[in-house]
Amino acid sequence: MTATGIGASVRRKEDQRFVTGRGHYVDDLTRPGQAYAYFLRSPHAHAVIRAIDTGAARAKPGVLAVLTGEELAADKVGGLICGWMIHSKDGTPMKAGPHPALAQGKVRYVGDHVALVVAESLAEAKDAAEAIQVDYEVLPAVVDAGATQTSGVQIHEVAPDNTVFRWHLGDKSAVDQAFANAKHVTKLDITNNRLVPNAIEPRAAIGEYDPGSDSFTLYTTSQNPHVARLVLSAFIGIAPEHKLRVIAPDVGGGFGSKIFIYAEETVCLWAAKKVGRPVKWTCDRMEAFLCDAHGRDHVTHAEMALGEDGRILALRVSTIANLGAYLSTFASSVPTYLYAPLLSGQYDIPAIYCEVDGVYTNTAPVDAYRGAGRPEATFVVERLVEVAARETGMDPAKFRKRNYIKKFPHQTPVIMTYDAGDYHASLAKALELADYNGFSRRKRESARNGKLRGIGFSSYIEACGIAPSAAVGSLGAGVGLWESAEVRVNPTGSIEILTGSHAHGQGHETTFAQLVSDRLGVSIDTVSVVHGDTDKVQFGMGTYGSRSGAVGMSAIYKAIDKVIAKGKKVAAYVMEASEGDIEFKDGKFSVAGTDKSVGFGDIALQAYIAHKFSGQELEPGLKEGAFYDPTNFTFPAGVHICELELDPDTGIVAIAKWTAVDDFGVLINPMIVEGQVHGGVAQGVGQALHEGAVYDQSGQLVTASYMDYQMPRAIDLPSLTVGMTVTPCPSNPLGVKGCGEAGAIAAPAAVINAITDALGHEDIAMPATPQAVWRAAQKARMPIAAE
Amino acid sequence: MAAVSMTVNGKAVTGDIEPRTLLVQFLRENLRLTGTHVGCDTSQCGACVVHMDGRAIKACTILALQCERAQVTTIEGLANGAELHPMQAAFREHHGLQCGFCTPGMIMTAVDIVNRKGNSLDEHTIRNELEGNLCRCTGYHNIVKAIAAGAQAMGHGLVAQAAE
Repeated sequence: MTATGIGASVRRKEDQRFVTGRGHYVDDLTRPGQAYAYFLRSPHAHAVIRAIDTGAARAKPGVLAVLTGEELAADKVGGLICGWMIHSKDGTPMKAGPHPALAQGKVRYVGDHVALVVAESLAEAKDAAEAIQVDYEVLPAVVDAGATQTSGVQIHEVAPDNTVFRWHLGDKSAVDQAFANAKHVTKLDITNNRLVPNAIEPRAAIGEYDPGSDSFTLYTTSQNPHVARLVLSAFIGIAPEHKLRVIAPDVGGGFGSKIFIYAEETVCLWAAKKVGRPVKWTCDRMEAFLCDAHGRDHVTHAEMALGEDGRILALRVSTIANLGAYLSTFASSVPTYLYAPLLSGQYDIPAIYCEVDGVYTNTAPVDAYRGAGRPEATFVVERLVEVAARETGMDPAKFRKRNYIKKFPHQTPVIMTYDAGDYHASLAKALELADYNGFSRRKRESARNGKLRGIGFSSYIEACGIAPSAAVGSLGAGVGLWESAEVRVNPTGSIEILTGSHAHGQGHETTFAQLVSDRLGVSIDTVSVVHGDTDKVQFGMGTYGSRSGAVGMSAIYKAIDKVIAKGKKVAAYVMEASEGDIEFKDGKFSVAGTDKSVGFGDIALQAYIAHKFSGQELEPGLKEGAFYDPTNFTFPAGVHICELELDPDTGIVAIAKWTAVDDFGVLINPMIVEGQVHGGVAQGVGQALHEGAVYDQSGQLVTASYMDYQMPRAIDLPSLTVGMTVTPCPSNPLGVKGCGEAGAIAAPAAVINAITDALGHEDIAMPATPQAVWRAAQKARMPIAAE
Repeated sequence: MAAVSMTVNGKAVTGDIEPRTLLVQFLRENLRLTGTHVGCDTSQCGACVVHMDGRAIKACTILALQCERAQVTTIEGLANGAELHPMQAAFREHHGLQCGFCTPGMIMTAVDIVNRKGNSLDEHTIRNELEGNLCRCTGYHNIVKAIAAGAQAMGHGLVAQAAE
């Protein structure tokens, strides 16, 4: 390991600009002649638009244009798409209703896009929006996943019972048989609460049109600018792909919410040509609450069948997934293929059957949010396991051990082949770091102070680096999920890495440079990472699903292989040796068995000046590209243990200790990896204790600001104990698994298992706010130990 | 329109602005100091924290006109030329940031905490004092570490100055 190579906690290169306020986020950019966009949004959850009168708004000062869905349709701008096809049990394709970027005839959730005002200033655009007259015929609305199919409300013509698909996975008859033979059955009804992603940077877009070249540029807060360009070109039809440049500069957090192709960027591009000026839109926080794709929102009934000896025989899960009012870009994949295939958890379960109904409601679209399907699966499995252990009188750690998968590769009954792991090792380390043996003493001590102490486990698994492309294609994905990279070595030996991955907090400028430093023996200071611009990077699939290490870096790895191979050819000419005798190590090309060697930088120069070889024998230059398609998903897994104390008199929960032991395979930069765990846990604790998007029955979002939706703050969280175990991933050259989502996947079950352990009963839902915990504590008030 | 004048990062600045212009808009749009960010509409997130006359304020919650003749320091004015302020250096050293969007507000708040509470800050004090700043990336773990270390480093700076 070099000081800046793989495995070193290198301080981040990107931080210099961020700590000095010199980053360039989309809203920091000002384009010449820029005008400002403001969207008039629906105040109703469900209504027919009888008429829109924009006359008064157009006459307001500073107004350049007021545009509606009628004009959008007249210009033949296509609707937004969902790029993952799901087929129902009966073989019929999912029922996707139209999703125009500006409402056409109907609005379907509060915040739906009704009209766009473009003006000289944002204030003028907002003032003019107030003058737009919309004649609405308000319709009944439905917001709850569990109620929508029988509500009688019809949101889309194509789906009369608001059901997008009735999907299933697994062997139903094998599961039914296992349940018939079960010694014990554990049953749970679970609600996985709806969350709002809330990256602190709100979304933003600047659309720009150049009549000279008849081409568009979009500056946008995107996790995957190439996918945005593809969708905006091929499906929405804004411009041909080669006439549209998408730039995603510094992006202030995503967590999934910036994967999707939304109405706003579509409309800004279209409007830029119509008004002949760059059009800038910046989301305010209330708009973000209303319109960023939300996460989770499942209602589930789950059952686990146990045998004589506490072994899990089978799992039966039935889920209704709220997809909101329209299908967002990857909405259909989240509660299906990103969910049910993870229901085996870390356990050897012979039979699993899961059915999922995806449903429309009059709420914001729901799509991938940090973990995307996998947190929901882990919550189901880990709640069931914990309750099953309690019901059968077994220690929850021992119950898990008994059922852990021990041999790899392991084929689950729900698609996945786990390639590597050591679940016992993670648990053993977590038990030690958490001082599990001392828990009962600490519990007694809490009881003496009138507090209830609980401990909860979460043995999570996730599937990352979603690929290979042929496999995801067979499951319904509309795209391939490989990644691309190009390694450009300059004549002076400095290096540019062009990657299709995109960083919005992950630190790729550092970790990707570490890979180059490690492999080519150069300083990370001579390496630049170029990303987020479709004119610079040819194509890429972007960053989500913890894929940038396993897939993105593997593409770079492959391109570096080619650079080294080409360098050997150049070195052979330079040192007048046979190519087969050239070795590359520690930044030097040398002739085997001699003391002859030339540094990497000198070979780069020789490759470009091309004085030592003929251009007919060897092409000059040193630049190589690669597309990398993995052989399998990766399977990060680990154990998180939450120990907490709750006050039965106030319902306040204080996390006393958080222990995380994760197996992410090989670590590139442990400092950054631990940071990802910290952030993930905070979001998972947020889901368990604080966060929940609430719609009232009329469809108004009553949690539409930071004053109503409780984001975890510093005082709500403890410092975390983070440990690692390592089983290298055999499915990519680096042995990495991915770390971005683990914390958010593991944490909710650990918290709720700890709270229910403290309470002594299972009746608590997320978010376990002080009010909810207080009620639960009163319901079964435990005698405080009279010691 | 109304005239406003103030000192920002040591430089006298003036502007002819709409009276409803917020300080954060004046900084970002008129002065092009885009390090001060806007993350919410309700003064909850703290991404816009700057110093006015030596105290931390949320620049989204004050009109630019209210800052007439004030001394304003933004994140761009914190470093001493190429040398990072000890709190900036501590955020980098302790990985106290990921996406960087909340970072300017966090750092300006952190410096203010040290100014009010001194150089030895315990974890509870730091977490409590961060009540007005949201971060979605870090889980605050490394921010807390960074502020404790940055506070110490600011103290060493004072000792060094006193010794000179």
